[in-house]
Amino acid sequence: MRILTSYLIGLIFGVGISISGMANPAKVLNFFDFTGSWDPSLAFVMGGALLTTFLGYRFVLRNPKPLLEESFKLPTRSDLDVPLIAGSAVFGIGWGIAGFCPGGALPALGTGRTEVFLFVAALLAGVFAAKAMQRVAAAKSASA
Amino acid sequence: MTYETIFTPWQSLGGGVLIGAASILLMATLGRIMGATGILTGLFSPEGFPDWAWRAAIMLGMISGPLAVMLVTGEMPAIDVPVSTTMLIIGGFIVGVGVTYGSGCTSGHGVCGMARLSPRSIAATATFMVATAITVYVVRHMLGG
Repeated sequence: MRILTSYLIGLIFGVGISISGMANPAKVLNFFDFTGSWDPSLAFVMGGALLTTFLGYRFVLRNPKPLLEESFKLPTRSDLDVPLIAGSAVFGIGWGIAGFCPGGALPALGTGRTEVFLFVAALLAGVFAAKAMQRVAAAKSASA
Repeated sequence: MTYETIFTPWQSLGGGVLIGAASILLMATLGRIMGATGILTGLFSPEGFPDWAWRAAIMLGMISGPLAVMLVTGEMPAIDVPVSTTMLIIGGFIVGVGVTYGSGCTSGHGVCGMARLSPRSIAATATFMVATAITVYVVRHMLGG
């Protein structure tokens, strides 16, 4: 049940990404190119997704627990710290260079395009490199 | 290399609503945030099988998305890459580092976190949107990429 549900949710997400234009770097980069070939489409993607989710969460999070689990797994932190802001800035730089974000690229793997596989491979390399750096930093602060 | 793309308000809005619907359904059933970064990296983390299995199923579903679109419309979704392979790989690596330290990306922070009015997600989203816009300006209009 959990597996089938997850698959269908992924499918809805993947179809949404595919028709929205988020999987297309040319459209993504043009959204940010205000002084050049500006294409405002992405504002409709993010606006539509955000408004839908905002309204849906109102109802869903009123329940004591989700349908197939014992509790909601929500991030609880609310403090702003340097890794959050610096990491987000770094993500933005990478997104501006490549034109793919993770949510756009993962469904795009289904097109079988070589460019998407190259991007996702590089993305994973970046994730592992950062996780290794975090472990080293954690080990240093633990031994200090 | 041409950069022009066609403005698609209705498809983009429809796609956005589906992305939102998927986020709501994941919260309603498994009680989780729909974040692409978390789902991908969770596949490589040693948390154990039950968590691995739902993430793998979501991944498979996501990858089926473009194929479902092709079944209905007869065409794969357009992917036009207006940057070099080198930029794609460098950008991909930088995105991987950024989302790991920033604990999320466009889907996790930009949609789910913002929808919960999380201060961390609002700050993260504002930061990456500005950083992306500056980067695109620098690459296209100052470096002439």
